[in-house]
Amino acid sequence: MQHTAQSIKGIAGDFPILDQKVNGHPLIYFDNAATTQKPGQVVEALRRYYEHDNANVHRGIHELSNRATRAFENARTRAAAFINARSAEEIVFTRGTTEGINLVANSWGAKFIKAGDKILLTEMEHHSNIVPWQLLAQRTGAQLAFLPVNGDRGLLDLTRLSDSLTPDVKLLAMTHISNTLGTINPVADFCEHARKRGIVTLIDAAQSAGHRPLDVQEIGCDFLVFSGHKMCGPTGIGVLYGRGELLEQMPPYQGGGEMILSCDFYETTYKKPPHKFEAGTPDISGAIGLQAAMNYLDEIGRNNIAHHDQELGAYAFEKLSSMKGIRLFGPTIGRAGLVSFLLNGVHAHDVVTVADQRGIALRGGHHCNQPLMRKLGVESTARASFYFYNTTAEIDRFVEVLREIQKFFGA
Amino acid sequence: MFDDLNDLYQQVILDHSKSPRNYSELPGANRTAQGHNPLCGDHVTLFLNVEGDQVKEISWQGSGCAISRASASILTTALKGKSVAEVKTLFDRVHDMVTTGKSNGDLGKLAVFAGVHKFPARVKCAILPWYAALAAVEGKAEPVSTESEE
Ligand SMILES: Cc1ncc(COP(=O)(O)O)c(C=O)c1O
Repeated sequence: MQHTAQSIKGIAGDFPILDQKVNGHPLIYFDNAATTQKPGQVVEALRRYYEHDNANVHRGIHELSNRATRAFENARTRAAAFINARSAEEIVFTRGTTEGINLVANSWGAKFIKAGDKILLTEMEHHSNIVPWQLLAQRTGAQLAFLPVNGDRGLLDLTRLSDSLTPDVKLLAMTHISNTLGTINPVADFCEHARKRGIVTLIDAAQSAGHRPLDVQEIGCDFLVFSGHKMCGPTGIGVLYGRGELLEQMPPYQGGGEMILSCDFYETTYKKPPHKFEAGTPDISGAIGLQAAMNYLDEIGRNNIAHHDQELGAYAFEKLSSMKGIRLFGPTIGRAGLVSFLLNGVHAHDVVTVADQRGIALRGGHHCNQPLMRKLGVESTARASFYFYNTTAEIDRFVEVLREIQKFFGA
Repeated sequence: MFDDLNDLYQQVILDHSKSPRNYSELPGANRTAQGHNPLCGDHVTLFLNVEGDQVKEISWQGSGCAISRASASILTTALKGKSVAEVKTLFDRVHDMVTTGKSNGDLGKLAVFAGVHKFPARVKCAILPWYAALAAVEGKAEPVSTESEE
């Protein structure tokens, strides 16, 4: 099987989906920044739960409900260990990165952000780490500010940070790894600067959680968010890490069942965090699937995954750099496992359509980074994003197809 | 080498996308319309000079993929001299063709877009300039977007 030839060891057969032909060619799945594939172990965990233990959590006194509750809370404990949170109470289950950020903006933001305050973001943020803050700013009269990205190499200027952390800045929210540029930001340094000034920090770990070891205490952030589906887990589940002290001070996000201690017609007392922030029946199977994904990633070893990512990222960048008529985005060294590019005279969507006809799944468009695209002066880019099941042989094939595309469009 | 793709990217399409016809502003245009595809950032602006019931002159500017550029270019060659009613009829027929692959009657050069129906993600690219044309002859001022049409 082609996919295991040089992919990371010990995953043979775990991803049956990769072993298929698309448009008559062996599938090369290079759209992992959008969502990753799920190993059999994760699918099996979902099946086992639904076939043996399914019930609602925290409600029934019967055996199945006990099992479901235990499994759900075990997943929380597992998530806490996965990112080295101090306790499971610091883990709130969400639908994903987007909901995690919205939760912080609506709950923490509503209480602590006032007119005249500043929310500092960067120019490389995903729409999900821009729009919730715009909405909050509109509601409160706060202002947004953006740390600049310097050109096609896509780096943030750390030397500009101190000047930007003015006394009116109350929050710094930024991405760990850019889904468009592949930049890996030194988030621990950023958080240290912010912390010294009493500024609250939120890290968008959507692109890093499944790709490298994560330690919230080492990073020193107050909030960190990620999505299960970008790290071998199911869609519909994600994690918000919040430092205990902050979660304690925050008002509820949504109201409903599961989050209350007692409810009267006019008044309610809430459970403690994290349950206070989980109104309604949660995605129980999703949490269980996410736990299986975390176990799976740790079996492979997140250091190994990070190493493999960087090898593929560097290999692809080098191969593409040797082509004529190509514009590459993102850092030349120390990049994550993805490449964004444009072929001169060929629109990204035409690249993606032709590649798809060769069985290669790419993404073309603005990658939910429209402000960044505008800054770079492009409307869209094509992107290949890798994971541990991808190989250098696949990248060779991809480069071959890009050359064919250039010929086809006479570029 | 790309036989399966030649249906989509016919030679005529590649030619028009590389050397678009009527690619300019139109001084004295009395109708303009903009089309935008927010998914890929494609933009097209059509400039029309409509006298009485007839499209006297038409030109376009914009940016986008090969399909949307070629569609805009060929559209301008097809609509010159047409009546407002004919533009609407052509819109319907092109729309049918790019979504089903079947064309109702002889569409001339526009028939090169029949292959688009096999690529559902690209139908919007082909149809975008046509929405703009429809808006122009109907005198709509609002930019049209592929995302409000479905
Ligand atoms: C950097 C980054 N932030 C946030 C998101 C949003 O994640 P989700 O759609 O899973 O909420 C994504 C995924 O597209 C991303 O790449």
